[in-house]
Amino acid sequence: MSETQDCLLSVRDLKVSFRIDKHTTFEALKGVSFDIPRETTVALVGESGSGKSVSSLAMLGLLPKESALIDPVSRILYNGRDLLRCSAAEMRDLRGKDISMIFQDPMSSLNPVFTVGAQVEETLRLHLDLNRKAARQRTIELFDEVGIPEPHKRVDVYPHQLSGGQQQRVMIAMAIACEPKLLIADEPTTALDVTIQQQIIELVAQLRRRHGMAVLWISHDLAVVGEIADQVVVMRHGEIREAGPAQQIFEAPHDAYTRALIQCRPPLDHRPKRLAVIDDFIGNELVMASTVEQATRGIAPDEPPILEVKGLCKDFEFREGLFGKRVLHAVKDVSFSLPQGKTLGLVGESGSGKSTVGLTLMRLHKASKGEVFYRGKNLLAMSAREQMPYKRNIQIIFQNPYASLNPRFVVGDILKEPMCLHGIGQDDREREQLALEMLYRVGLPPLSLRKYPHEFSGGQRQRIAIARALSMRPDVLICDESVSALDVSVQAQVLNLLQDLQAEFALSYIFISHDLAVVKYISDQIMVMNAGEVVEVADSDAIYDNPQHPYTRKLIGAIPRGWQPGAPE
Amino acid sequence: MNPSPASTNAPRSPGLWQLAWRRLLEDRIAVVSMVVVGLFVALTVASSLNWIARNWNEEIAVGYAPPAFTGKQAVADNSPDTTAKPALTTDPYPGRVRDPLATELAELRGQSAAPHGQAAEPPMEINGIRIVDPIAKEFAEALAAADAMATAPRATSLIFGADKWGHDVLKKLIKGSETSILVGLCAALVATLIGTLLGAVSGYFGGWIDDFCNWFYSIFTAIPYLLLILTIAAVLNQKGVTTIILILGLTGWTGIFRLVRAEYIKHRSREYVQAADAIGASHARRMFVHIFPNVSHISLVQLSVHTVGFIKSEVILSFLGFGVPVDKVSWGSMLGEAQNELILGYWWQLAAATAAMALLVTAFSMFTDALRDALDPKIK
Repeated sequence: MSETQDCLLSVRDLKVSFRIDKHTTFEALKGVSFDIPRETTVALVGESGSGKSVSSLAMLGLLPKESALIDPVSRILYNGRDLLRCSAAEMRDLRGKDISMIFQDPMSSLNPVFTVGAQVEETLRLHLDLNRKAARQRTIELFDEVGIPEPHKRVDVYPHQLSGGQQQRVMIAMAIACEPKLLIADEPTTALDVTIQQQIIELVAQLRRRHGMAVLWISHDLAVVGEIADQVVVMRHGEIREAGPAQQIFEAPHDAYTRALIQCRPPLDHRPKRLAVIDDFIGNELVMASTVEQATRGIAPDEPPILEVKGLCKDFEFREGLFGKRVLHAVKDVSFSLPQGKTLGLVGESGSGKSTVGLTLMRLHKASKGEVFYRGKNLLAMSAREQMPYKRNIQIIFQNPYASLNPRFVVGDILKEPMCLHGIGQDDREREQLALEMLYRVGLPPLSLRKYPHEFSGGQRQRIAIARALSMRPDVLICDESVSALDVSVQAQVLNLLQDLQAEFALSYIFISHDLAVVKYISDQIMVMNAGEVVEVADSDAIYDNPQHPYTRKLIGAIPRGWQPGAPE
Repeated sequence: MNPSPASTNAPRSPGLWQLAWRRLLEDRIAVVSMVVVGLFVALTVASSLNWIARNWNEEIAVGYAPPAFTGKQAVADNSPDTTAKPALTTDPYPGRVRDPLATELAELRGQSAAPHGQAAEPPMEINGIRIVDPIAKEFAEALAAADAMATAPRATSLIFGADKWGHDVLKKLIKGSETSILVGLCAALVATLIGTLLGAVSGYFGGWIDDFCNWFYSIFTAIPYLLLILTIAAVLNQKGVTTIILILGLTGWTGIFRLVRAEYIKHRSREYVQAADAIGASHARRMFVHIFPNVSHISLVQLSVHTVGFIKSEVILSFLGFGVPVDKVSWGSMLGEAQNELILGYWWQLAAATAAMALLVTAFSMFTDALRDALDPKIK
């Protein structure tokens, strides 16, 4: 430890476990050690459950006292003090002043009943003892520094009046208000659109240089980390798998898990038939041939459509005041056609209306105008009763696998219900047999039939949702951000499964996502949406290589490219 | 390779109710309160099946006989048995009902009126018409029974004492618990049913249905509670346990309605409900098969909360005189009687009713709390 002087904070043998109930504990961190040198950005990378957030909460003394057990051998040394042995008052003094934090969801981190300015001023007055006027002046300067336009006006607005990106800027302003030595950023861009993500990454990098802070950047996304980190620590299941300078991690990773993490994101420049998954690297060292074999995607102009949408519009009306009405045009005149066995990708930022298109053409929302032809029949013109036999043909898989399965149903009931409603299978025995086949097809053990959704992980739940949709033998499957909430390695598995199923059942997909890399990988054709309108439609490779519309170019430019050899820093 | 159906024999994972039950059993307070509530319910069942306290209406003790544990005995003066006193009239039992026909029959016979017909007189004939006292036999029997009771030795002290007429307070208490618990539970069931149904429909559909239900709700909450109860009591125009159940049930659903409605609003846009829509589940199916199991714990907790509340309401109603009819006894009517007794220093009826009510209400409230914790361990 020759570099202890340069080291701002060092974590030594941190062991944390959580009490689940009287008899069981869960070991979240199994002896983690790493250093945060002064004026560098250290990235803590790992999937959910790897213990990365627990480490940062331990540094701030924010672990829940009643359930978290910290092993007595653990040390977190900051300027020669052990943070784990500081009193609550000392920690309070340290937090916000020496070490500050920004969180994933800015909307829930800001208090909705105070103006954003007042919240930043509070931090300043608490820690720096500024008076009201000076605090306000300093807040305006800070807002200016984090790139909020018209800062003297924006200090007096409430959080909901700002966009997500600006809210995150306010959080950053609050975090850097007292010139901290260490800024902990816990997934600060995960809840934001790609274009905003790019701006926030640049802002943090700039502020780090200007203020000479150290940054601990916690993320699950190696591509983002590659853009910002000097040092990378890869964690899995509460252990450090690999740690080192960013260049070494990205160019010559030692650990199989690190390699797997880098590989399982869909690549932008080519399209392997199958994405690599962690088992390919960890179980056996053989990378399956299909991850090397390339697939081609694209739509021939003469393919007959199975689903055709013409002039679809959706307006939302809000009651305002006593008689007033406000109309939001969520989808404006969208038309497209989808051939059998192909995938149409729908990309756009939040609020672009891409999810509304999916929900409206399934009639989960009532369309304001337009026609949806399924094999030549207009679904929107039918009555609910007439539509019933067609309902099974178009199915949807939602974003959040934790919310889309009824928590009070066992998996067997979840899978059998649609078969019951549509008269698939003669009796309960046959349906159970079909349900078992579906489970087998999506790679879940037969025992799952008797279990409740909460007993499964996110990826497994998404498989259950896929199995439910498949149990009706649909032709068209709408995937509404279906892989966005999943860890990258699980994402790769689900994408592989979707591609296998497409090949097996000649399924057509409408793949809705904000993640251009994923959409580009899985789609034949991509439709870019902005503010309810379609701005560009083309084959996926064409749109990536040669974007026509400026908005498309902006989206593609914002995709995190990961580690670039010879990049600045 | 096909998956084997053998796995279908695997045990089902424990569901919400099973887990909640386990948590409930781990909670010591919950177990104690459940035992207390269980005892009360057992008492109610036993007494409604007439296994115990059947003859609560019998005057077995001296009026205002004190509780045994005080060690006192009732003074004979308080006894309605006046045989010890000198007779003021020829009738040794002046307070007693007379045979309404006795005087007339006696006149017809030309005799002086007998104080009471101990035995059916032989039939007589006047102008060829046979005259018979039609109720003589029954009346004689009833009088004999009354005499037997009046002359029977009466207890001078009872476990919990006696009331004005010499009824056993312990038996009254058991019978009163039956009425109060029955009213509380049934009224809470009615209120929960109305509140849950309206809340489900209102929250699930929204729009004008929701507006209508809210309007209905506002009317109910705008009228003062007691006034509403008096109105319903007047409309139903009969006293009785059913009436009280209806009154309390029809007025008490409003809080449950708001809670269930809010839950349905929250759940109706959840993805699992949309997914049910996508697979073609009907409105009723989504409402009751999909959403209801996810909000049912709220209805259950409300049922429990309202049972306690309605037991108290019944007591107040009976106390005010709008409650159970005179031939029934409830905690409220006991308290009502106790109001006058207390001035005379006869505290035991009040103490017994209050203690029983306090015990049940406290136990039930603690059980409700434990139930809520068990069903939703995250809140606490």
